[in-house]
Amino acid sequence: MTMGLLFDATRCIGCGSCASACKEQNKLPGEVEERTTAYTWTTVKPVEGTYMRKLCMHCQVPTCASVCPVGALTKSAEGPVVYDAKKCMGCRYCMMACPFDVPKYQWDRPVPIIGKCILCAGRITKGESTACATACPVGATIFGKRDDLIRDAQDRIKQNPIGYVDHVYGLTEAGGTSVLMISSVPFEKLGLKNDLPSEPPALRTWQVLSNIPSFVAVWGVFLYGIHWITARRDEVAKAEAHTQSEDRR
Amino acid sequence: MTTTTLSARRPRFGFWTTVVGLLLVPFLIITFLRFTKGLGAVTNLNDSFPWGLWIGFDLLCGVGLAAGAFTLTAVVHLFNLKRFEPIVRPTVLTGFLGYGFVIVALMFDLGQPWRIWHTIIYWNTHSVMFEVGWCVMLYTTVLALEFAPVVLERFGFHAPVRLIHKFITPLVIAGVLLSTLHQSSLGSLYLIVPSKLHPLWYSQLLPLLFYISAIGAGIGMVILESYLSQRAFGRHLEMDLLEPLARGMVVALGIYGLMRLQIISRNGSFSAITSFSYEGKMFLVEFVLGVLLPVGLLAFRKLRTNPTWLVTGAFLAVLGFVVNRLNVSVTGMERAAGARYLPSLMEIIVSVTLVGVGMAVFALAVRYFSIFPEPKPAESDH
Repeated sequence: MTMGLLFDATRCIGCGSCASACKEQNKLPGEVEERTTAYTWTTVKPVEGTYMRKLCMHCQVPTCASVCPVGALTKSAEGPVVYDAKKCMGCRYCMMACPFDVPKYQWDRPVPIIGKCILCAGRITKGESTACATACPVGATIFGKRDDLIRDAQDRIKQNPIGYVDHVYGLTEAGGTSVLMISSVPFEKLGLKNDLPSEPPALRTWQVLSNIPSFVAVWGVFLYGIHWITARRDEVAKAEAHTQSEDRR
Repeated sequence: MTTTTLSARRPRFGFWTTVVGLLLVPFLIITFLRFTKGLGAVTNLNDSFPWGLWIGFDLLCGVGLAAGAFTLTAVVHLFNLKRFEPIVRPTVLTGFLGYGFVIVALMFDLGQPWRIWHTIIYWNTHSVMFEVGWCVMLYTTVLALEFAPVVLERFGFHAPVRLIHKFITPLVIAGVLLSTLHQSSLGSLYLIVPSKLHPLWYSQLLPLLFYISAIGAGIGMVILESYLSQRAFGRHLEMDLLEPLARGMVVALGIYGLMRLQIISRNGSFSAITSFSYEGKMFLVEFVLGVLLPVGLLAFRKLRTNPTWLVTGAFLAVLGFVVNRLNVSVTGMERAAGARYLPSLMEIIVSVTLVGVGMAVFALAVRYFSIFPEPKPAESDH
């Protein structure tokens, strides 16, 4: 059963408890910054008359995990997309590829690693809720099973259709995410992309990569065939030249 | 090797030697800063722009422009057009140095380059980067083996040379396969960002586009490099070989250009060009330099057989190729990132110095090994 978060922007009061709790839980240095960085994994900011959180969406089929050449990023069974800093060599393809621009880098360190929300994976395996959800004083961010959260979100929209945009963000975006959001303001105005395909981007590359073995076989035989024909042609030409010179003799 | 042939090949202290000499001091300082203060201290990279010049130029162009090596080895060893044999050695050497350049550049760009070997033990077969890493590793080995006879001969080791010659066909086939895979995969790297890369450059056909344009520009590079070594070492330009190669380049770039136009007309982004948007202008620069001019000029036999025009056409193709790769990796990504990226002076110095070192190594290799065919003592044997 995968777990997740539901963020209800209409309930958020912008107090920033979630961001501070995140810093403390993950022992991140410094104050909470304006934007998410390698040292600030979540922020909450006023936008368009409401408040918006920014954090890793924990995709169902994470693009970052699919592109990582060394498999440092993985989707765990409980839902969090976790990061093994010991494997990472710092190619930063995950930053490039993430449809939500989540992974951030330690640009100021000689031995840098990626920083991003890991959905308090350690706490979840112990059966606890995430630090941000626990810290939220008004229940704007709640923790639970993804399926339950989806039902909860849809109920809230159904009960108050005027108060919400009729869309649960994260239900289908980039193949669906473990973090879900609902709001009274259209999501594109809150800085979220509304044009993300429901097909996970990772499938696009897999369509190409999965064909490599058969491609290698066909192209290899083809190239050898070319060599075979051209070399044979040379041999024949040589043999003919030889017989012709024999005939002349 | 006698002193007479060495002195005959004595390279001048040319442009690149001077550039490398002058840049070496700042280069070392930047290297020190890079590994003590982090990437942020020397580059203009940041969280909105994680890939810059070192990926767009050093990696994408370094690998792409080395494509002449697999193209030419295929032409000579698989298509059996033996007359091109004399330019195989310099081309394979350029290829090998090109890949060396890429690997050294990655030592700067990777956050923790000392872990580059992690691709060998930690596998993720779903990652294009994983595939590129393996192919570059294996193909650099193939290039080293293809070039090894030159070095081994020089020191009189004939047995391993015979062994390599015996297996040259499978070796060349492996080289072509690996090149086909990773040249196209550099394009596949960008398949994952449909919502970020501008439609003038994004296409499901990116792998094929990268592959064909690399063949075109790779041939352009062979011509250009023949010209440069002709200038540096006082050799004659092998027009009888370069002219047919230029025909191959025109065909490759022609197919590539048509594909680009078809893709753009299909995804409806022509308006981005006609409205002269920022992306449109950059596309025009790339397309006019890298496709229209070289194809337009070298399609004419009269221009193709003229050394000056031939070299000009090849140079434009290479230049346009570089602009294309920078457009894919930088220009096309800027709108989605909501930021502009220009490389820092320090990033540029690192790239230029590495190119310069590559050229200097090439010049040294030409001096000490028999890379170019010896000019025949009397031109009577044909």
